[in-house]
Amino acid sequence: MVASLIPTEDEVMLRDAARGFLQESSPVTAFRANRDAGRTHDPALWKEMAQMGWTGVLLPEDAGGSEMGHRAAGILSEEMGEVLAASPFISTAVMAATALRGAANDRLAGIADGSSIYAIAVDEGPKHAPARTGMTAEKSGNAFKLSGRKVFVADGASANRVLVLARTGGSVGEAEGLTLFDIDADRAGLTRNAKHTVDERDHAQLDFDAVEATGDDVVGEVDGGMAALHTALNAGQAALSAELLGVSAGAFGMTTGYLKERKQFGRTIGSFQALQHRAAHLFAEIEITSSAIANAGRMMDEDAENADIAVSIAKARATQTAKLAVSEGVQMHGGIGMTDEFDMGFFMKRARVGAEWLGDYGYHAARVAAARGF
Amino acid sequence: MSSFSDDLDQFRSEVSAFIAEKCPQKLKDMPSSERSICWGGKRFTFSCDEQRIWMENAAAVGLTAPRWPTEYGGAGLNRAQEKVFREEMAKAKAPSPLESFGLWMLGPALLAFGTHEQKLKYLPDITNGRIRWCQGYSEPGAGSDLASVQTRAEDKGDHWVVNGSKIWTSYADKADWIFALVRTDKDAPKHKGISFMLIDMEAEGVSTKPIKLISGTSVFCETFFDNVVVPKTDEEGNSRIVGELNRGWDVAKHLLTHEREMIGGGGSGAASGVLGGRSLGAFIDTLDETIMDDPVVRSQTMELEIDTLAMSMTMERYKDMAKQGGVGHASAMLKYSGTELNKRRYELLMSITGSEGVEWDGEHGSLAPEWLRTKANSIEGGTSEVMLDILSKRVLELPSS
Ligand SMILES: Cc1cc2nc3c(=O)[nH]c(=O)nc-3n(C[C@H](O)[C@H](O)[C@H](O)COP(=O)(O)OP(=O)(O)OC[C@H]3O[C@@H](n4cnc5c(N)ncnc54)[C@H](O)[C@@H]3O)c2cc1C
Repeated sequence: MVASLIPTEDEVMLRDAARGFLQESSPVTAFRANRDAGRTHDPALWKEMAQMGWTGVLLPEDAGGSEMGHRAAGILSEEMGEVLAASPFISTAVMAATALRGAANDRLAGIADGSSIYAIAVDEGPKHAPARTGMTAEKSGNAFKLSGRKVFVADGASANRVLVLARTGGSVGEAEGLTLFDIDADRAGLTRNAKHTVDERDHAQLDFDAVEATGDDVVGEVDGGMAALHTALNAGQAALSAELLGVSAGAFGMTTGYLKERKQFGRTIGSFQALQHRAAHLFAEIEITSSAIANAGRMMDEDAENADIAVSIAKARATQTAKLAVSEGVQMHGGIGMTDEFDMGFFMKRARVGAEWLGDYGYHAARVAAARGF
Repeated sequence: MSSFSDDLDQFRSEVSAFIAEKCPQKLKDMPSSERSICWGGKRFTFSCDEQRIWMENAAAVGLTAPRWPTEYGGAGLNRAQEKVFREEMAKAKAPSPLESFGLWMLGPALLAFGTHEQKLKYLPDITNGRIRWCQGYSEPGAGSDLASVQTRAEDKGDHWVVNGSKIWTSYADKADWIFALVRTDKDAPKHKGISFMLIDMEAEGVSTKPIKLISGTSVFCETFFDNVVVPKTDEEGNSRIVGELNRGWDVAKHLLTHEREMIGGGGSGAASGVLGGRSLGAFIDTLDETIMDDPVVRSQTMELEIDTLAMSMTMERYKDMAKQGGVGHASAMLKYSGTELNKRRYELLMSITGSEGVEWDGEHGSLAPEWLRTKANSIEGGTSEVMLDILSKRVLELPSS
């Protein structure tokens, strides 16, 4: 168990600063503008995040980071979720930064200063399953040739670097025999196809056709890719859970606001007990999920080796809470909730994509069950 | 006008011969889609000449409105004959010759509440597809509380002047006329000051604006009335109000019950959308073979399947009950359970298709927009909360607060 789930003074300050900045620079209207312009994220916003040090939240100081930790990264993600700020934060500043901790400082510096955008290419099927990696990395001397397809790669089209998991040994279904590579996104033989997903963010399919990599591109050990990636995935899952908590809070805030304002039958609809109780129930769900989020961040900071269960409780809860918050959000708004002119649909779409990315409810429920011995 | 035999066997052979001869083969071979629906109306473009021919052929014998009396353009069939007609249509794969809000809603309202002269004037234009109607009920401020409509019609002697706006008017941008609930007495209690008014969409001051949904473009519009002049009576002396002045709520209520039963049908797993005619199991067979290895997904799928099958039994049972004398307010149960089930079905489909399902137009076609569209099922035609309210108050007779 962790020390305390209450935020520290620094964390409170970080949240306030993040909220102030995002409300100013990236309100939901900015997301809408990006969507209408066909832009999956705003590079100017990413630059500003880098200037404020968000990109270095998990990086050591000598690499240009602030090393505020995973709980802090979660707070930033949560705030971004609440206003639907789209950025490569989780892929780059959380997952790549964690996976590359041991790498040379110049690589980390690219993350810290915002010039590197990373995509993490793991999955090959419709569900998150690192062990089912079939993509091959054929060894010849000190070099490798990577062939295969990766799908649902977040930030895959806009990234300039890719962390990709490929098989150097073992067989599909085994966590052993996988190797993690850190390569340039423009490398010959790599084709990237942007997919148009409902959350209007960057998700791409990456096709590798005998893409060359060297020993220098290997992160961690050959055949030891999961060891290198495991903590990074946990970090991403924890941050994504926090984002989903933010999505829930954003939808919930709009909903309670509407309950206090909309009138039907000569009464404010928030005076109908049928709606009051559901709002109160949703509040309870959000509170419980919020503990799981704080706990996951703390565990990642204090005992990352043993954080699996904490992270999975967080992702499982956040997935369900967000789903409930957005469904109730649309339903309690009535017809207006169904219109594109109104923002609630954006929350619903992000919640759905977030439910699938980095492991759905069932994936994380199974990890919790395994950790609890059943 | 038509003269079909009253003898059912005789009728069956007559009507099947009619369909064989009068419905062009091309239509029978056409897959059904939004494009294949014949809506009629002045501004309608037929998807092909055969579509027009079939509509006209059917209308000539009243078969665009099988149950309506022949004098108003219907075929005057009884319930048993209508059933036979539908069976023969299905057997021949003949598409419906005409669909419209006129046939579904205005017609039934006129038949129940209109004068003989109003019926003579408006119904044949509906059955022969000349005029396309849209429905003007909901307003931005009047949704669940429909009786609080604020669009007002001011009495100016020989005409009304209508001001206000309607929302969720389907196909308003394509319709020729609108039947609308308007306030004709602003001092009366809210249910007692509404009239059911017929308004020409070409009248000056009527405009429409399409509504985009979270699932994409839609058939819905906002409709605005800006000092629209509506004559109290037309050249033939017919009133532009159906039923009594200020008693439009009775007409509206009559139709709402009807609408509810139609929407509830979606929950019985009706073959539409991404599943098409396939069972859930057949759809799952097309997916990643490990998908059902997840016990959570498997358990949700089994539960959904059980509920879907039980729901379709319920639909059948209620249909039979309806024939034997009606189900009354319990129809709210069908609407509530059917739509909530359909939402669950689509959540499951999204879950089992994983990252493939979240694409706007990916491997599973229109799954994502269909999923988003289902979220309105429990809002349109009366929200789930309103249905539960009806059940608690009218069926269970629980005390109101
Ligand atoms: C896709 C779509 C299609 C539609 N098609 C049509 C159409 O063809 N014709 C037409 O006229 N209208 C149509 N509508 C409008 C629809 O009938 C209304 O949206 C619906 O009645 C709800 O009204 P509202 O949107 O104003 O929500 P509100 O009435 O403002 O409801 C907001 C929330 O409050 C709840 N609520 C309201 N009253 C109570 C209560 N007493 N107790 C508990 N909860 C309550 C509601 O259930 C809802 O959750 C359509 C709507 C949609 C989204």
